[in-house]
Amino acid sequence: MPDLLTVADLETQFRTREGLIHAVNGVSFSLKEGETLGIVGESGCGKSVTVMSMLRLIPSPPGKVVAGQAIYQGKDLLKISDEEIRQIRGAKISMIFQDPMTSLNPVLTIGRQLEEPLMLHMGMTQRQARDRAAQLLSMVGIPNARERLSDYPHQFSGGMRQRVMIAMALSCNPQILIADEPTTALDVTIQAQIVELVKRLRDELGMAIIWITHDLGIIAGLADRVSVMYGGYIIEEAPVKELYANPLHPYTIGLLGSLPKITEDGQRKLSSIEGLPPILFQKPKACPFAPRCSYSVEPCWQQNPTLEEVSPGHRVACWVDVRSGRQRS
Amino acid sequence: MSAENNVLLRVENLKMYFPIYRGIIRQQVGAVHAVDDISFEVFKGETLGLVGESGCGKSTTGRVILQLYRPTAGKVFFDGIDLTALKGEPLRRMRRRMQMIFQDPYASLNPRMTIGDIVGEPFLVHGTVPRSEVRDRVADLLKLVNLNPDFASRYPHEFSGGQRQRIGIARALALQPAFIVCDEPISALDVSIQAQVVNLLEDLQKEFGLTYLFIAHDLSMVRHISDRVAVMYLGVIVELADRFELYHHPLHPYTQALLSAVPIPDPVAEQKRQRIILQGDVPSPVNPPSGCRFRTRCPLAQAVCAEAKPEFREISPGHWVACHLV
Repeated sequence: MPDLLTVADLETQFRTREGLIHAVNGVSFSLKEGETLGIVGESGCGKSVTVMSMLRLIPSPPGKVVAGQAIYQGKDLLKISDEEIRQIRGAKISMIFQDPMTSLNPVLTIGRQLEEPLMLHMGMTQRQARDRAAQLLSMVGIPNARERLSDYPHQFSGGMRQRVMIAMALSCNPQILIADEPTTALDVTIQAQIVELVKRLRDELGMAIIWITHDLGIIAGLADRVSVMYGGYIIEEAPVKELYANPLHPYTIGLLGSLPKITEDGQRKLSSIEGLPPILFQKPKACPFAPRCSYSVEPCWQQNPTLEEVSPGHRVACWVDVRSGRQRS
Repeated sequence: MSAENNVLLRVENLKMYFPIYRGIIRQQVGAVHAVDDISFEVFKGETLGLVGESGCGKSTTGRVILQLYRPTAGKVFFDGIDLTALKGEPLRRMRRRMQMIFQDPYASLNPRMTIGDIVGEPFLVHGTVPRSEVRDRVADLLKLVNLNPDFASRYPHEFSGGQRQRIGIARALALQPAFIVCDEPISALDVSIQAQVVNLLEDLQKEFGLTYLFIAHDLSMVRHISDRVAVMYLGVIVELADRFELYHHPLHPYTQALLSAVPIPDPVAEQKRQRIILQGDVPSPVNPPSGCRFRTRCPLAQAVCAEAKPEFREISPGHWVACHLV
């Protein structure tokens, strides 16, 4: 299948009072049609900044995309005019955010907010937009959709608000849906509802998804392929089953080991990753994970490893082959 | 295990209603039924996990046990003494033996106090250690939670979330308590840091024979750390059992749904899984449903569920459940 979106060598920095933060340091990935890509990492690893940069949603100043490209339909999203990106954002590529309360406007009705992109991007009349908005709300499982269009965001619960956000993101039939930790603020039973909903809509509408999360549990049941980020880099990328069965980067191994599994009975001690994630005042010259890594060898402190393919579709950035314990040549 | 002398904490028919006032004369118009008639015991040296979704009353339960809120009704026995009957100095004396670790490591440390002052404050408040020795004791406590004792002169903002949570743990340990309420101590932390804190809590428990009430919404972590688990829904405990029993033979439909909603970090297992997806949201605790609290979302609900409150009863030794259909 052809690549729908190709991101190459993306770099984003933020100017802060404490100094320049190198949030994303050369991230490359691609997304195929209809594919679900999971981007996993802890807070501050650059996973949100990556997709925000791609959609030109980084406020500048303080942020700046300093390098890279993001090719969608033959055009570089980072180079096209503001008018052109506006045509794509919210229409062809849409996004749902972590906190549905702060991403909805509290003083406008849900109906107004749903109709806006429809009239803007699809050129519908108010009446058509209203019908479509009601249809969208019932598609995401909100009962009495038509009546609820005149309600305000505070009249919905957290899970319902996230459904409204999804309805809004899907309103213009996007090719790509970007979900930035959409279930983090929700309870597990509501999270399960939202994940099921997104899966169903994905299969019905055939869109590609980039799902950003810190939760390796959610992504296991959802993604086709997973990229793990650390210190502003993708450090491992593999098809979902391969990644969980055969993780190759010490950080990925550590993350999986620190998760208790609800299905396992033994009294295993959780393996924790000692130390803290780096604060990126400098672009790392060596491997950013080396200070916390139990496998580290001499080259780890000298040079940052690049992402290399070790088996079909499985790429890892590490100087050590963790299976043999030997250094990679 | 259930012998009376092994019980450290016994909660009997505990209720906590928060009044809602309206209008200029502040007339009471209703109440939030945060905790509504729960009973359970915590044994010495064990970890009892308390799980449930937001708003189910699990944190309120923890706070009422420590008498941070005075309960509307019910009793809390700690080592045989009824805490709800105590006040003033006798209650303060009891408080030394029960501590709390809070969810938010950013909000629970005073930003204007140094780490040394924060961890040393319990000694000054309770006067258990002479002032001259406080500094040494603080250093010992910091070492205990794997922090550098030289950090005592620093301020909270200089630390990461995981380190702050360690400081909170050091403070909780200062008075050598027997019982600690851990109120979602890891929810605000990153995954790799969560394991550090959980391992620390387990080590400390072994070393000092601590008893924990571990409140959380993360079922896989609760199962990992707890000996027994209680599941709360809308102010009531719906099921309580040994952790293996609960996870292998969940009897209450809510427990079953909750377990099936937890994502498993294993794509192969996820594929095979049958999910019970609950419909709708948790009802408001201001006006909870009649009869069984869960009936509005329960896939098995019948007429009897709306009429009578199900009794919380022991189905098999140590396995308690409140459901008409079990």
